Amino acid sequence: MTDILWLIYEFFKAGLFAVGGGLATLPFLARMAESHPAWFTTEMLANMVAISESTPGPLGVNMATYVGYTVAGIPGGAIATLSLVAPSVAIIMLIYRVLQQYKNSAAVKSIFGGLRPAVTGLIAAAGFSVFRMAVLTGETGSLAALVNWKALALFAALLAGTQWKKTKGFHPVLFIAVGALVGLLASF
Amino acid sequence: MKELFELYSAFFRIGLFTFGGGYAMLPMLQREVVNHHRWTTDEELLDCYAIGQCTPGVIAINTATFVGYRRRGVVGGIVATLGMVSPSLVIITIIAMALSPFMSNPHVAHAFAGIRVAVAALIASSVIKLAKKSVKDAVGIALCAAAFILVALAGASPILVTLGAGLFGFVMGKVRDRK
Repeated sequence: MTDILWLIYEFFKAGLFAVGGGLATLPFLARMAESHPAWFTTEMLANMVAISESTPGPLGVNMATYVGYTVAGIPGGAIATLSLVAPSVAIIMLIYRVLQQYKNSAAVKSIFGGLRPAVTGLIAAAGFSVFRMAVLTGETGSLAALVNWKALALFAALLAGTQWKKTKGFHPVLFIAVGALVGLLASF
Repeated sequence: MKELFELYSAFFRIGLFTFGGGYAMLPMLQREVVNHHRWTTDEELLDCYAIGQCTPGVIAINTATFVGYRRRGVVGGIVATLGMVSPSLVIITIIAMALSPFMSNPHVAHAFAGIRVAVAALIASSVIKLAKKSVKDAVGIALCAAAFILVALAGASPILVTLGAGLFGFVMGKVRDRK
């Protein structure tokens, strides 16, 4: 029961403050892994992101359902999802009304001007935490021991693939499939 | 009542056939919402994306709420949103049920180690794409870098960083006006 209440609180908070779409919920989930160690680990979180990316539906909703289910079964999945969605439903309805009047106000434009680059930085930070777990070993001492070189090579190749003209239009699921295959064959 | 059902089923289909979240959804939305039902124009859909980028919550949900609310008020907004989340709820629950026993299998663990690398690369490419649109000048670079360092390295709360950035933008706007 307490888990359910915590789910409502945590996902309502993420829904209220994660500005800029599904990936923006990632930093909140990373925090949840730290503050509720019994729920899931950061490593499991990366698997959840992978599954959410390779299944239909909005990323943020998929992750909420997955985390909620992991913590408290089917009711947990439904409750986490509804808690995530509730604040934005209310806010969008409010904004729809207000925006008709203030769409061109300079203050609104400058607030958004400050938000956009910062949100980009936030998502980069979330990406870095996945990178750290997927590519770095966590061992200290020398650089050679710190980096999982096979993983780093795969990372570089896939990132290049997302940027190269001929492959960048490929579906994200394809990149994930390549990652799974290489991980399986090269025993990551 | 008929239109409420249409809102639910249209957004159910959009949720079901979209892989990869908000931006991947745009072609599906155009097909259902603009061409088929004529609930909005292409321009309004783009406005909606701009708002979704700057307001809390999942962009796909923001869009569903926006379109539903426009058509049928509060009830329409809620019904369209529920349509959007329904496929995810079912699919993800089934996957989560089926997957947990397999996660301890070493082959599955290797595959997921590779998948995590792919996810890191995909997020990096999203950041590059976003940065091209959102980071336009020196102030933008500074804000983006500050947000990254504060959260990734200093462990700061993303909420405070978001609020701080909005406030900073507001103050910068005021300073510009004074000049």
